[in-house]
Amino acid sequence: MAAIELRNIVKVFSDKRRGRDLLTLDNINLDIEANDFVCLLGPSGCGKSTLLNIIAGFEQATSGRTLVDGKQVERPGSDRGVVFQQPTLMPWLTAIDNIAFHLKLKGVAKAERNDRAMEFIDLVGLRGFEHHHPSEMSGGMNQRVGIARALLMNPSVILMDEPFAALDAQTKLEMQEELVAIWQKRRCTIVFVTHSVDEALVLGNKIVVMTRRPGRIREAVNFDLPRPRDITSPEFNDAKRHILSLIREESTRLAQAS
Amino acid sequence: MTSVTDTAPARPAFRLTRALQGGERLVVPALLIAGWEAFARSGMLPPALLPAPSAVLHALGDWVFGFDETTQTYSGHWLRDALASALRVFGGFALASLLGILAGVAIGWSRLFEKTLEPTLQMLRPIPPVSWIPLAIIWFGIADKPAIFLVFLGAFFPVLMNAIHGVKTVDHNLVRAGAMMGANGRQMLTDIVLPAALPSIFAGLRIAVGSAWMLTVTAEMVAVKSGLGYVLWDSYYFLRYDIVLAAMISIGLLGYLSDLGLKAIMARTLRWQQTTTVQGRAG
Repeated sequence: MAAIELRNIVKVFSDKRRGRDLLTLDNINLDIEANDFVCLLGPSGCGKSTLLNIIAGFEQATSGRTLVDGKQVERPGSDRGVVFQQPTLMPWLTAIDNIAFHLKLKGVAKAERNDRAMEFIDLVGLRGFEHHHPSEMSGGMNQRVGIARALLMNPSVILMDEPFAALDAQTKLEMQEELVAIWQKRRCTIVFVTHSVDEALVLGNKIVVMTRRPGRIREAVNFDLPRPRDITSPEFNDAKRHILSLIREESTRLAQAS
Repeated sequence: MTSVTDTAPARPAFRLTRALQGGERLVVPALLIAGWEAFARSGMLPPALLPAPSAVLHALGDWVFGFDETTQTYSGHWLRDALASALRVFGGFALASLLGILAGVAIGWSRLFEKTLEPTLQMLRPIPPVSWIPLAIIWFGIADKPAIFLVFLGAFFPVLMNAIHGVKTVDHNLVRAGAMMGANGRQMLTDIVLPAALPSIFAGLRIAVGSAWMLTVTAEMVAVKSGLGYVLWDSYYFLRYDIVLAAMISIGLLGYLSDLGLKAIMARTLRWQQTTTVQGRAG
């Protein structure tokens, strides 16, 4: 059984003001195995974030079935950790309290919460900043807190919606390396949404290329280049060429259609 | 390097304004008071109608400490009068805060409360609290209660409006994050929505405390026989404008102090917010 099973997912947004419906996801079928690092790659507006939100339980598919660990997804829950595009931390809580928020909701005592959270403070390299509020930290540090918060719940899958998009190039590279290291160390299933071909190839061992609206899966590419990946190696470039050609085909098809 | 030479001449002027800044603030009030004192002493108006600042200070001093009974029956009774007003402000304000936050959060959070409760409250809101005075007097008589009722009316709506606004504008993604971490309905309200709405709620409380002072004085002029507002109105009947002005100053000071107190509580509660304005959301 796959960790995540998406069966015939269709999502239609009704645009009430203009009185028409917008087909956003058109019959998505995808199996994601446990411990996979899957990148959903596609242009803006292709519905990749919508697909992630459906797995998270934030949105309901118009039709189709979403199963996580064999269970139908109906609402958000702590079995699926989400890392948002913006860090989305509680601004009134310190880093450690943000990371331990899930435990607080479960009624775990303060001392134990702090013990458990410190492990994740260390994991994401924020020792010394545990008592800082989000407003006192940089965007990259806040996003680390966001990742630690998701990891602490020990979820079966982690869903990430372009979490590094707002970071500068150098911080982005560091965070990508750290994320891969964390994924290797903790063996978790990650679904990572991105519009960057390079990011998808640096991170994923499966890259799901989506088409422009309505979102369909163009091809799911397996990519098992050993890590750390050399982004100048011939293998990397071969894979990049293949994915770019898929995207280019798509653009040509659209150009001909119009 | 040209930019350095360009800005260099501006520096001494900048330093000068900074040096003046402390004294600068006092210039206008000092001139006003000196002018007022000179005008009052010139004898162009009878001293009874325009008391000099020194006379007002004298009246205020006697009202507070009772040294020469220039304020007659009020001499030495300032604390009693101020306390009477402050208790009404506190009573009405506390009631308004409690009910305003409760109703505001309920309306902001639940569609049901929004539909059932909000239209009625919004219809009551434009009615000036002062116009309730006749009803307040028949309902509650001449005592503390009508004053507290008026203070409540004046303070309730600012708290209500800001609480509704605060809850309604909570970042949608924070609610999603809470749901992702397994918050139930009650936790969503107490652990996410309420703290997120606090800055807005505090803004409402600060407006409300100002309205509370305005209304307690109004109420004391007609519906109560004690407090700073009563002294103000009573002194007017006896043409004691020095006491009228002393009462105005007292109300201003106490209102200012209440706001300072509230600001201090807000600064402690919202400590997490303070650095946001300085540092911004750095990338």
